[in-house]
Amino acid sequence: MGDAILYKKINTTLYLKLPAEIDHHSSQEIRERTEEYLQEGPIRSIVFDFSDTTFMDSSGIGALMGRYKRMKEKGGSVMVCGVNSRIRRILHISGIDALIPEWEEKQKSKS
Amino acid sequence: MSFEMESRSCNEQFARVVVAVFLSRLDPTVEELDDVKTAVSEAVTNCIIHGYAGEDGIIRVEAAIDGRTATVRVIDHGVGIEDVKKAMEPMYTSRPEEERSGMGFSFMEAFMDELSVESAPGKGTVVTMKKTFGRTES
Repeated sequence: MGDAILYKKINTTLYLKLPAEIDHHSSQEIRERTEEYLQEGPIRSIVFDFSDTTFMDSSGIGALMGRYKRMKEKGGSVMVCGVNSRIRRILHISGIDALIPEWEEKQKSKS
Repeated sequence: MSFEMESRSCNEQFARVVVAVFLSRLDPTVEELDDVKTAVSEAVTNCIIHGYAGEDGIIRVEAAIDGRTATVRVIDHGVGIEDVKKAMEPMYTSRPEEERSGMGFSFMEAFMDELSVESAPGKGTVVTMKKTFGRTES
């Protein structure tokens, strides 16, 4: 609770360091803050960094799905990185892993 | 064990942590405990968003242990669910405009062994979930 959501913008990519626990409560802030950034300037892709995240429920999936739809409308993309096995399982059960790839996997397939 | 709390989103974390601490005496694996935490979070979030629709209300959480089996009950006295079967369909949400994934009940089913939902319009909702620990180790 109360973890700051850190943001970093490099060119047209927005990096978001997510809080330790993502539920209905914290996903509201993720949604609002991301929207603020998207309105500030051109963003082509969003990378959600789960390195500090140990818990996520379906509210987090709703927030990710919302950002995915939003970026798709603009012709952009959404990726995740730093996911642990628990988060990977949640992403897989929801089916959202078919839409939002892991950044690390993407890099591997490039090399 | 039981407790009651106000239907505020900041209490979601509190509820799942209290249940997890109570059940830790069964010496569950980290994964089993995470499963219960996720399910409790889903049930409590439903009470806040749907049962009380953002208004103030009381959520009651009960947890009991019988052998290796945990039973968790999440109770609200909110608006209730008109069509429980429809509410439990994967991806169904009555609030698409709020970016709800519609996966709350699916997650409860996926992470617990048993799920039952008793509800009627105006009568509130009782969600009962069971999980037996130690299944993966034997």
